[in-house]
Amino acid sequence: MSDEHQETTSEGPLPVASIDDPHMREAVGNPRRAENSIALFLVLGILGVGVFGAAYVQNWKPWTLGVSLGLGLFFLGFGLSAWGKYLMPQGPFSEARHALHSARAEREAISAALVERTGVVIRRRGMLGGLLATGFGIFGIVAIFPGLRSLGPLPGLTLTKTNWRRGSLLVDANGRAIHRDTLDPGGIVTVFPAGYEDNTQSQAVDQTVLIRVQFTDLVTEKGRATWAPEGYVAYSKLCTHAGCPVGLYERQLRLLVCPCHQSMFNIDDGAVPEFGPAPRPLPQLPLYIDALGFLRAQAPYDQPVGPGYWERTTT
Amino acid sequence: MSLAAPRTKRQAKSARGSYGRVGQVIDELDDRLGIAKGGRVFLDKIFPDHWSFLLGEIALYSFIVLIATGVFLTLYYVPSQTEVIYHGAYAPLRGLKVSEAYASTVNLSLFVRAGLLMRQMHHWAADVFLGAIVIHMARIFFTGAFRKPRELNWTIGLTLLTLSLANGFIGYSLPDDLISGTGLRIMFSIVLSIPFVGTYIAFWLFGGNYPGTVIIPRLFIIHVLILPAIIAALIGAHLFLLVRQKHTQFPGKGRTADNVVGSPMYPTFMAKTTGYMFMVTAVLTVLGGIAQINPIWQFGQYQPAKISYAVQPDWYMGWLDGALRIMPSWEFTAWGHTIPFVVLLPAVVFPGLIFTICYAWPAIERRFTGDNDIHHLLDRPRDRPKRTAAGAAMIALMLTLLGASATDVLANFFQVSLNEVLWTFRILVFIVPIVVGVFTWRICLEIQGGGADIGKRKRALIVTRSATGEYRTVETAPQPDDQHEELEPIEVPVKIDMTESDGDTAGEPGVRTVSR
Repeated sequence: MSDEHQETTSEGPLPVASIDDPHMREAVGNPRRAENSIALFLVLGILGVGVFGAAYVQNWKPWTLGVSLGLGLFFLGFGLSAWGKYLMPQGPFSEARHALHSARAEREAISAALVERTGVVIRRRGMLGGLLATGFGIFGIVAIFPGLRSLGPLPGLTLTKTNWRRGSLLVDANGRAIHRDTLDPGGIVTVFPAGYEDNTQSQAVDQTVLIRVQFTDLVTEKGRATWAPEGYVAYSKLCTHAGCPVGLYERQLRLLVCPCHQSMFNIDDGAVPEFGPAPRPLPQLPLYIDALGFLRAQAPYDQPVGPGYWERTTT
Repeated sequence: MSLAAPRTKRQAKSARGSYGRVGQVIDELDDRLGIAKGGRVFLDKIFPDHWSFLLGEIALYSFIVLIATGVFLTLYYVPSQTEVIYHGAYAPLRGLKVSEAYASTVNLSLFVRAGLLMRQMHHWAADVFLGAIVIHMARIFFTGAFRKPRELNWTIGLTLLTLSLANGFIGYSLPDDLISGTGLRIMFSIVLSIPFVGTYIAFWLFGGNYPGTVIIPRLFIIHVLILPAIIAALIGAHLFLLVRQKHTQFPGKGRTADNVVGSPMYPTFMAKTTGYMFMVTAVLTVLGGIAQINPIWQFGQYQPAKISYAVQPDWYMGWLDGALRIMPSWEFTAWGHTIPFVVLLPAVVFPGLIFTICYAWPAIERRFTGDNDIHHLLDRPRDRPKRTAAGAAMIALMLTLLGASATDVLANFFQVSLNEVLWTFRILVFIVPIVVGVFTWRICLEIQGGGADIGKRKRALIVTRSATGEYRTVETAPQPDDQHEELEPIEVPVKIDMTESDGDTAGEPGVRTVSR
């Protein structure tokens, strides 16, 4: 192996030990008893793996497979380890540890080879070296195109957009439109813009939580006087912290809670984060109720939904 | 030297051949590959007998279990996010829209014979693998085994830890169930938080905006090919360096910087370690059989607008989740750009810092101690109080963060407000590491004096009272059983002289008899 150059080990006579050298004795006082115990373990191991075979063929419950195979392997392993520990020569044995480093002359030889050949062979062809480096450099850069660029589209404005439009009908996951009578105060439902409710990709950005807080219009913030008609208020369901769905509603405290990292948003107050790591309020979707009594969006979200990122421009 | 040259097989056999078929095979191999001497040295390789050297082996054997069970799983798992209507045998899912990845995972768990056992073994093996790596690393750290000449192996080991963390997380994401999908969503947001390039990396990784349709197949090939190949290669390098540089050992009788004392590879160590491999596998098998882990058929298919409550990641990701939870809600917006420190600091900068410190530790310590010597003998942790304190503080920090990943569960369990739990952890994360570090340092100093008789078998003490009322403490005489403590280590004997001698072998060459 590694000792190719360490001739010392093969110089002297190979080490011999007498069978009654104390190092060669079993490591346990009563080898006979140890042997019997180990035999017992091995037999138990054989039984265990045998039972596993039966359990598999008979299609017994999964836990019987795990327990039988596990116990079988354990006893086999325990027996083997015990054999090694108790019935093999107790030693202690040692091997010499030789210094890893080479002789001074060897070190100098390799340094000389590197330095002097560089000077003689490579440096005098500086132009070739430069061209080669340029070639490899350009290759490294162009290799990025298939290596990275092909992996996916550029983000562009994707993160700023959802499928909510002016007039989008609010529907639940099954495509049912939300009527002004659908929810009682305290009721909550996850909504999507009609036509996108069945699409995983759209759901991921459009998901909006609709809560009916009261029967009268709710003003969550200055300038949002008409946004929550008849107490229906809608916020983006994407947490502004790490993008989890803000899936829990604490009805008494009127808080939306994110189960991932426990950010809490006050729904009366424009979903301002009251607690936890979320840095921004959940964007609010302005709603209106159409002539037939169905809820629709007045406008898209006025800002990107979800967690922050470098290109996000607004607070 | 040239044993091969002019001899026929028969001559070779008659010249040396008292070892029958084995000798013949060795001859043939040695003629072609020159394995005799190196092979013998390898069989004689010495493994120290200390228990703490077995921690890395748990990791190695867990990895073998991971490969074996993982190959089984690939035969049934379908790495595809294509949505299908479930028509399989699991009634609660019938008629629902699920991804092929999820459907195939449910199928292999519930309807492939031994499938659930294999999947749960795989998951448990991953958890044990990471745990064994961490504890093994702690052993290396506290005993100073990372010092020159072993810094490179420390680096390889840390890289193994990093890649295994990544592969553990990725494997957890593959079933495309409700909980793993949420984990992926958080990962997407973490990548997004990186300034300048975050959105680009996130879009390239996921093939567009979250969730896309390619992330599961991509993670699959990373999980089953790319990372395992790198991990296996690095394990090979790790073990090669271990053989090349030989084991460290604790100081003790007959143990010097110039030798290694313990059991020879063949047969003692091989028997013990193979048995150990079976036992590690056995524990993982029993866990896989009776300890349910990640029952994804109960969680349901991932849907972006759905989420479950009180879910924690696998334990080795807990410290990152905890850091995310306790970070204050800082986000910086100016000049048309946003830096979400609330995610960037705990999930990108902080782990980067932790791993940088770990990678740099051998250099840091060398800088402070000025110790550039070669070390083969291990430190006792108490003898390096500052290093031990630093390590203990690091472990305390990680455990505190792990605790912080359960803020909601703790608040529920102790019926206290989440706010109080959160603030407790925000304070503890600074205090606990400092307190633990200082205490560890003090304890090390206090116990430094003791333990001079380390490695010796304890003898009973007898307290006697003389007729005059004087008390004396006397150590009992050495028992016959203590005798082996006195043996000096010998080189592994290549040949064993089977004749029972009268013990007077001192004259024979190469035989050392140690008087008892």
